This record gives sequence, C-alpha cells and structure tokens, in this order.
Amino acid sequence: MGAHHDDLHDAAEPEGRALRLGIGGPVGSGKTALVAALCRSLGPSMRLGVVTNDIYTTEDADFLRRTGVIDPERILAVQTGCCPHTAIRDDIAANLDAVETLEERFGPLDMVIVESGGDNLTATFSRGLADRQIFVLDVSGGDKVPRKGGPGVTTADLLVVNKTDLAPMVGADLTVMSRDAAAVREGRPVLFTSIREDRDAHSVAEWVMNIVSSWQYQHGRPGHPHTPPARSYGRDEGGQDHGHEHAAPTATP
Amino acid sequence: MASGSEWRRETTDGMREESQMHGPANGHGPAHDPPQGRSQGDAALLLLADSRLPAGGHAHSGGAEEAVRLGTITGPEDLARFLRGRLATAGLVTAALAAAACELGTTTAGRPRHRHHPSADGSGGAHSPPAESAEGDDEQIGLWRRLDAETDARTASPAQREASRTQGRLLLRTARRMWPSPILDTLGRAVPEGPHHSVALGAAAASAGCDPYQAALAAAYNSVTGPATAAVRLLGLDPVTVHRLLADLAPALNDAAHAACASLIDAVVMDLDPAAVDPLAVDPLTDDPLAGDPLAGDPPATGSLATGPLGEPQAVGLAGREPVGAGETDGVPPDGPDDGSPPWRGRAWPALPGHAAPALDLLAEGHHNNTMKLFVS
Repeated sequence: MGAHHDDLHDAAEPEGRALRLGIGGPVGSGKTALVAALCRSLGPSMRLGVVTNDIYTTEDADFLRRTGVIDPERILAVQTGCCPHTAIRDDIAANLDAVETLEERFGPLDMVIVESGGDNLTATFSRGLADRQIFVLDVSGGDKVPRKGGPGVTTADLLVVNKTDLAPMVGADLTVMSRDAAAVREGRPVLFTSIREDRDAHSVAEWVMNIVSSWQYQHGRPGHPHTPPARSYGRDEGGQDHGHEHAAPTATP
Repeated sequence: MASGSEWRRETTDGMREESQMHGPANGHGPAHDPPQGRSQGDAALLLLADSRLPAGGHAHSGGAEEAVRLGTITGPEDLARFLRGRLATAGLVTAALAAAACELGTTTAGRPRHRHHPSADGSGGAHSPPAESAEGDDEQIGLWRRLDAETDARTASPAQREASRTQGRLLLRTARRMWPSPILDTLGRAVPEGPHHSVALGAAAASAGCDPYQAALAAAYNSVTGPATAAVRLLGLDPVTVHRLLADLAPALNDAAHAACASLIDAVVMDLDPAAVDPLAVDPLTDDPLAGDPLAGDPPATGSLATGPLGEPQAVGLAGREPVGAGETDGVPPDGPDDGSPPWRGRAWPALPGHAAPALDLLAEGHHNNTMKLFVS
C-alpha cells in the first residue's frame, strides 16, 4: 500500500489521529451508561466522538443525545443487520466509515468511542477498528460469567464489572468474579463500578485518560503532528488554545 | 476466439478476451495466462461475490426487511417470488451498470496517463482534495461521474439511492485495499461522497482482474443473496430451503449476466458509431443533447482503439468495422491525445437496461421512514 499515497481509504495509520476505543459487552451490562459517563468526565478535557451500533432502534444514540453529555452531532449510529458482532469484527467497513466521518467533520479528535451492540461473550473488536477495547459485564448476569471467559472477557484491554450495587440482591460474589477474572486475564486490569452511583465512572475514566495519554505520547497529539506532548498526561489543561470546542457544554457531574 | 469457452455464450467472449488482453488491471499483478476458457478473474470473482467480503453488505436487506414487516414476505414461496422479481428488475439493471463500470475501468486502466503527484495529496491530511489532476484524469473522472449519474437516473427512490451510495462507498474503501489500482483511485476522486454500488462493484471487478461478465454476475448474485440472507435472519427460515431457492435461480443469474453484457455490447457498438446514437439521448449530468455535438459533455478524448473497449473487433461481432481513431471516423477529432478513450465513450449508456421496480422503491422508502429496523436498507 505504500505506493498509493493518494489512497484516502486505508485503515488510518495511528500517527496523529484519535485513539479508537471499543466498548463491548452483553445487552444491558451498561455500555451506553459507561459511554455517557466517559463523555461526562472526559468531555471537558478531550475532543470526543461516539459511534453507536444499535440493534433495532437508535435507542442508544438517542439516549446519549438526551443526556446532553456530548454534542448530539458528534454521535453517529450504525445499523448492523441483525449481526452486531459482524459489524465490529468481521466487516468493520460501516463503523470505520462512521469513525472517519466524525474525524472529518469534527477533527482533530482525541478519542472516538465505538460502542458495540449488545452481544454475547465472544464478541470482540477487530484491531482494524479499535485500538483499545473495554468489555463490560454486570454482576446481575451472574458471578460465573468471568469464569466462562470468551475473547471479550479474556483479551479486552480492560474488563469492567458494572452494577456492583446489585451484587447483594442477585447473590453475586464480587470476590469470586475478581478471582476468576484475574485467572483468565493474565494480569490485564479489571475494574468494578456502579455507574448508577458513580455517574462519572471515575476509575474507568482515569484508565481511559491514561491510555489516551500514552497513545498521544507514542503517536502524537491529533492536530499537532510534529509536537508530541511533553507532559506525561498530554492533556489540554485549558491554558493552551488548540482551536477546538469542548464537546459537552452542558455537562454536569 | 477463446476456443475453450463454449460454456459461456458468445456475448461474453469478447469481454473475456478483452480483459485478458489487458492483463491485471491493477498493473502490478503477475500476468499469468489462465488456461483456455478460464479467466484470471475467476477466483477474484469468488472473493467479490462472497457474503464475507468486508464491505458492509451484511447490513443491507434489499427491501426484504420492509417486505417482511409488511407481510409481503412470509415464507419461502413469497421469498422466491420476491427474489425473482428483484433479479428481473433491479438485478438486471445493476448487472448491466456493473458490467459497464468494469468495462470502463478495464479499458482505461491499461492506458498510460499522467499520474497525479503523491506529494500533492498524500501528506496533506487524509481528506484534503488532490491539488491537481491531469487532463486524462479529468476525462476519466467525467466518465465515471456520468456512469454514476446513469445509475442515479435508474434509481427512483431517494432512500435506495442513499443505500446504494453507502454500499458503494464501503465497497470502494474495501476494494482499494484489496486490489489497489488507479481505477479505484479515480473513481474515489470522481464521486467522493460514494459511487453507486453497481459502479463501485464494476470498478472493483476491473481492478481485481475480472471481466464485465463476471462483474455482472457478481452484481446479479448480490442482488438476490442479500435479501435471501436477510429473510433467513428475520423470519428464521430454514437456510437450506432458502439456498435451494438460490440454486433454482442460478440459471436466471447467468441469464441476467449475459443479458447485461449483451446490452453493454450494444451500447459499446453504438459508442463506436456516431450515427447510431439516439438523437434524443441527453447527458445525464448536464441534460445536454448527446447527439448534436460529438463532444458534448466530454472533453475530446483520446484516441486509439488499438486497445479499445472490446479488444479485437472480431471477438465481439465488430468484424469489418474500422477501429475508431486508428483511422478517422466522421466527427472524431483527428488530433486528440493519443492515449485516452474514444470520444464517443459512454454516449450509449442511456441505452443500458433501466427496468423500474416501483414495489422495491416503495419498500425502500417505507424502510427508510421506519425507525424500528435492523438493516440499513
């Protein structure tokens, strides 16, 4: 492909572009709530875009738009023809198209979040679509789920176990979940959250901030191709003019 | 003549020989001579038609989702009728346009042309337009736009046009990485918002080394397999029953591809003969009459048909006809550039099949307006 410099449709080289973060997991585990939480906590300091993969409606996209945590224009919905996992793994063309459309319209962006449609434990993101991925489980699915493994649970860069507030009610043992997850994940991180109680999902947001920082340290800050960030977190602390608008004017913690 | 190709009808042989003459359209593949009667595009055709091709096709139902919702398709019998009707209308039209796109791509690919400078658009950000293009490029861009407009003119429903462009854009994106070629680059520049699916399919086929017949066959195949798979998913039909329906349709798929190629050959023959152009035909982009001024809508193109659209004239029933541009034909400018397409290029595209399918148009519109859906179209 090196000879085709004019090719506008290659999988983008990582240099100088937004980190693409995939968020997957079963139906109802809290993927959309996590996206909203990340927009809420990171929106003021990052230039964001969101792609949703709705199953049957534009429910997720609409929910995000209503939350007011991000400019509704920065959310694009992709339809997946009964096969949410196909759209993030086997045939990522529509999602890539959506990601690039967002970058084209609003770029440069720091991060584009791609939320998968709710699916099963085998669903993972193609590396051609997501640079990093989070898999979201919830305790009400049963504390045996981490033990069952599957590519999402075992290989995601971060496993989030959501709805810990429900653990007593559904009889889920968080210690068991933690131990089983650690056993199958070979040291990859696991975070327990209750987004209902912690609307900003602080721990997850911090993890995401770190991966965006190291991404930008490695590949340059989007829009600043020749000046990789010197600061360890690579964040716009508000003092510099990077010519972008903040995504969430109405964000309220 | 390819003596070993009796298994195909005569109409396709010209297309086949032509594509073999040109070699791989992407210009860097090995120039293997396939065994007689086989095309180097055979294997590429399988890739192109495969439902696993990662080009977004899995999310389109071709009207089947709306038909299921309305109760038009409830089981295998309904589905069979739906598929047959779709193939006879939209399928044939898209096959002919894909064949035309493949023929256009194949015949323009082998020709030397000014390459744009990589530095002009390679480093300036992914979405900056090319700073310049050469004249040969402009002409090819004009041809691609016109063929794309022909597709527009055959697609009544705005929702269907949008779905077709979405699929075309995604296919182009995928094909440019699978079979990188100047053909696809030019098409991408010609229709940046996304060419119609049939045009992208034909161009991808040309880049992959397929001939127009194969492009038509892939288009016809796609036109029925997408809805069939969607019906399996939506209604829980027995997948083997549905594939039996597709197997029963196989002869009709061949027929559609042959018919598409036959109509394309008619159109190309007309291209070569100024007198044969319909006096009422207009350029779909400009509404200018095509017949009045031989150069209407197109810069004077370039000349020699030595590597012309159909290869050796006798292969396609053009025996005895002077190749245009090698000698001079009335109305052909004698001093055109020497490496381009004939000046009549594409003038007879309006004569390609244009079968309307109002039911499909209505289904597409209904689907578009329905918020509860699984498929894009």
